[in-house]
Amino acid sequence: MVLFYAVMEITALLEIVDVSRHFDDFVALDKVSLRIEAGEFFTLLGPSGCGKTTLLRLLAGFDQPDGGDILLEGKSIISSPPEQRPLHTIFQNYALFPHMTVAENIAFPLRMAGITKKDIQFRVAEALENVRLPDKVRHYPDALSGGQKQRIAIARALVNRPRLLLLDEPLSALDAKLREQMQIELINLQKDIGITFVYVTHDQGEALALSHRIAVMDQGRIVQVDVPERLYGFPNSRFVADFIGKCNLLEGYVHEQQGDSVTVELDGLGMVHVCRSETKCVAGSRCALTLRPEKIRIAANVSPTGDESHFSGSVHDMLYLGDVTVYIVALSNGLLLEALLANSSSGRTNFFEVGDFVEVAWSCDAGHLVLE
Amino acid sequence: MRKKNLLLWISATLVYLFLYLPLVLVVVFSFNDSKLNAEWVGFTWKWYGKLLHNREMLTAAMNSLIIATVSAGVATILGTLAGMAMSQCRLRLLQFLVLSPIAMPDILMGVSLLLLFIMVNMTLGLLSIMLAHITFCIGFVALSVQARMSSMDPALVEAARDLGASPWRCFRDITLPLLIPGILAGALMAFTLSIDDFVITFFTAGVGSSTLPLQIYSMVKIAVTPEVNAVSTLLMLLTLVVITTASRLSPAIFRGE
Repeated sequence: MVLFYAVMEITALLEIVDVSRHFDDFVALDKVSLRIEAGEFFTLLGPSGCGKTTLLRLLAGFDQPDGGDILLEGKSIISSPPEQRPLHTIFQNYALFPHMTVAENIAFPLRMAGITKKDIQFRVAEALENVRLPDKVRHYPDALSGGQKQRIAIARALVNRPRLLLLDEPLSALDAKLREQMQIELINLQKDIGITFVYVTHDQGEALALSHRIAVMDQGRIVQVDVPERLYGFPNSRFVADFIGKCNLLEGYVHEQQGDSVTVELDGLGMVHVCRSETKCVAGSRCALTLRPEKIRIAANVSPTGDESHFSGSVHDMLYLGDVTVYIVALSNGLLLEALLANSSSGRTNFFEVGDFVEVAWSCDAGHLVLE
Repeated sequence: MRKKNLLLWISATLVYLFLYLPLVLVVVFSFNDSKLNAEWVGFTWKWYGKLLHNREMLTAAMNSLIIATVSAGVATILGTLAGMAMSQCRLRLLQFLVLSPIAMPDILMGVSLLLLFIMVNMTLGLLSIMLAHITFCIGFVALSVQARMSSMDPALVEAARDLGASPWRCFRDITLPLLIPGILAGALMAFTLSIDDFVITFFTAGVGSSTLPLQIYSMVKIAVTPEVNAVSTLLMLLTLVVITTASRLSPAIFRGE
């Protein structure tokens, strides 16, 4: 049993324990703790200035924490300089060496590791083959496109098999089409080579699409760590609900709780019933009902079923986005609610016009309560 | 509009004439087949030929080249280190310390260096001139290197360390190669500044350590001979070539970036 627990301890590849970093009066990281397992695609997500890049720089060794410890496979790496840490970084602007050819760039980490010339040649060729750019050996980075630079940077960082790959918003410099393509490539790459990725981004869509687990950060703290589906469906705070995807926040009071069934009095709207609630709340406390736009039904006449809440209002604004149309519905108390209608039927796509009288409804398990 | 253009052209022409006419005259009269700089008589190479047989002139030229090479060399090493330090540490005092010799009046530098050399009982000669030249060249090299350094992506150094390079390997394999254009440009600037310098050299030179500018000055005291024109033309040509090369290497510093 003791042995079993000891093994369990080791499986966390990277352990961040109470790490803090201050810049003069500014607290960039406030006692952050995280465990990242081997083989995970782990994302640090948050708005700019939340501390995610600071944390990544601490992991890489470009900066030193003011407190706490960072353990890699159980050993503290805090006192090791960057070159002695078995992890590599993909930089936002790729940081390819402009005075070296593609081959020399990829050979660099091998050369630093003292690998023989013959082996280097072989492994560089292999790495270029893996990123499907074997004909770019003699090119200089300036002659490559953004996507190609990206791939070379990845090839360079992976060529000597690090334990961990840190990626600092690597796709932010690419255009939307290419970004999506690179996202798919990153997912497949990570799956194939099985190296742990720690990925930093401010783009919640990217985080949801790529990650096994996501840590949402705000003002130097970790707000929630969870798998994408849980993070989207069950945010633990107004901040996470608002930051991940689009979300309607309906403020109110907890009126009554019985098991997983909660009655909430929404400000200006009245009672609604929330079923299968995962939130432990106390009657009388402030809360907010988070409602994703796609979970709201909108119709001229919704004819609600028994477990649905429904309200009437009028179309305040609408945004035609092609695949879906977003309707901003003004409820009777003036509250604006965002709802989606998929334009999946052929022919007519505009179901309502601005000013039309509409009804909205959602089932009792569509909303999720947050207290913070 | 046309009138404005015409005025612009005239004023520009006058300014450029004012700037370059003296230089053009020196070049033209260095090929003039007459001892006087008064009228054009005919084309000749003979003043250049005479230069080759003027032992004093050749010694001075040799001194100048030795001084310029050594001072530019030493100033380049020190200036590169200073420039790198300047771009990395945000201490204002460092900028001030490295760059103030550039802003100091030459005459002040000359006098103060002379005082120092006398105080430490140093014989004035090639060595004292070199030390003086190194002093005022460091700042120029540092400026050039700093400009290059600040245009460099700091992520490159981090990437090198991240990929396994020790600080020394990182300097040798990444920083230094990327700084080379700035270093070379600074070195060439230091070379031309040293070879052209008169005032500071005048104060720090001893007997028998005459440089080209000092030699020209002593000849001009008697008369501006065509020989002086010829040696000036050669000096001009050398400076021009070096400066052009330097500006090709590092356009940024000549654009004042």
